[in-house]
Amino acid sequence: LKRVAVTGWGVVSPIGLDAPTYWAGLVAGRCGIGPISIAPNERLRQKIAAEIKDFDPIVHFAPDRLKFLDRVSQLAVVAAQEAIAGSGLVLDDGLRPHTACIIGSGAGGQITQDEVFRQFYEEKASRVPPLTIPKMMLSGPASHVSMHFGLEGPAYAVASACASATHAIGQAFHMLRSGAVRCAVAGGAEAGITLGSLKGWEAMRIMAPDTCRPFSKDRLGMVLGEGAAVVVLETFDDAVRRGAEILGEIVGFGMSADARDLISPDEVGMARAMTAALGDGRLAAQDVQYVNAHGTGTAANDVAETSALKRVFGEHARWLAISSTKSMVGHPLGAAGALEFVATLMALRAGVAPPTIGYREPDPLCDLDVVPNEARSLAMNAAISNSFGFGGLNAVLAVKRV
Amino acid sequence: MSAVAEDVMAIIAAKSKRDRPVQSSDWLDELGIESLEAVEMIFELEDRFGIEIPVNANNAEEVFKTVSDVVRLVEELVAAKDAS
Repeated sequence: LKRVAVTGWGVVSPIGLDAPTYWAGLVAGRCGIGPISIAPNERLRQKIAAEIKDFDPIVHFAPDRLKFLDRVSQLAVVAAQEAIAGSGLVLDDGLRPHTACIIGSGAGGQITQDEVFRQFYEEKASRVPPLTIPKMMLSGPASHVSMHFGLEGPAYAVASACASATHAIGQAFHMLRSGAVRCAVAGGAEAGITLGSLKGWEAMRIMAPDTCRPFSKDRLGMVLGEGAAVVVLETFDDAVRRGAEILGEIVGFGMSADARDLISPDEVGMARAMTAALGDGRLAAQDVQYVNAHGTGTAANDVAETSALKRVFGEHARWLAISSTKSMVGHPLGAAGALEFVATLMALRAGVAPPTIGYREPDPLCDLDVVPNEARSLAMNAAISNSFGFGGLNAVLAVKRV
Repeated sequence: MSAVAEDVMAIIAAKSKRDRPVQSSDWLDELGIESLEAVEMIFELEDRFGIEIPVNANNAEEVFKTVSDVVRLVEELVAAKDAS
């Protein structure tokens, strides 16, 4: 089996339109959650989200290209651009057919779908734009990243709700490790802050009205986010050979399904995915210093995740630094795992655990060290990034500092 | 019992998994009403009475413990609506 290195990362997030700004925001504990800007919104009770307010697609795309891209694909391509440029990789004719492109998303082109269906139902539009379907499709971001950079190897989307991006990066890791491809561009993208989807989330009654406070006793739920993050993966040997800067090594990937409930998380399923990732990476519990938690800020997730961490890490759980960066970027669903994977690598590399902000009150059921409110310097060698999707679909990546 | 209370009790009874009549002292979890069913129940109550029940699944267990908690909250919201 080949070792797998990460050599590039790119991020578009509510707290930064590129990776360095994202990291600076995470360390500073910057909150990207605020009043939603979409209008009219008087029929919504849910009034806050973590939006990317200053993203201007015209800066990145010519108008004749832009008409093909839903916002979810715009974010994916911009994140991929930064990741590929940062990797220094030359995607030449020899490499492109052997480069995979795997981009997770929870729901694809939701803004296109919401707007087009609104025109059709509400305004009784007699026809809809001809690009409606290709802009809506879940695999749109994967197609656009593949086309934009000429990636001619395996390309597809992965969907597992809130774990989509983690499954996508894990798939890419498997392909590299087995030698199926020489390079991979992988991550996740989501842009679903629409009236229709917010109304749907509101109906689940798990949305916080104020802000996202993971693991805090007074937490009131999750806050919807949007964003994209993409990484470039290559074999460790190739990265060393070409003198690339190695940002981290993926050592393990664990997956599981709760196979129980559509909505309620299950600590046993979560624990199985974490155990699998550690085993795959040949990591003992004591080898891990940092966990980027799924940490949605709902009553159910945070308690189940805390219990699962105790199951997996035993006594060592008390020594882990565990943070939920969703407290800053909200929950960008199918992109969440990629944003958090990048945060995990950045944390390892910098020796700084980002905080869980908005934390006010200890919860006896969430009694581990969640790095409340302030980032912390910490010597780290290995970390895991947790993602647990609705429907009980779990994925965990284990990484090491290089 | 008020007409509102009777209607609320009927809606809760339809969600109950116990093979006996629902009493106002019953705890919702004892009736086997889990989180998603509680959310569905809230929807039915909102539709039935034309009210908005400000309950979030994250603190529902604190606000909504017993059948009488639900009845009282709905009665208050209906009274507030009628007054406005």
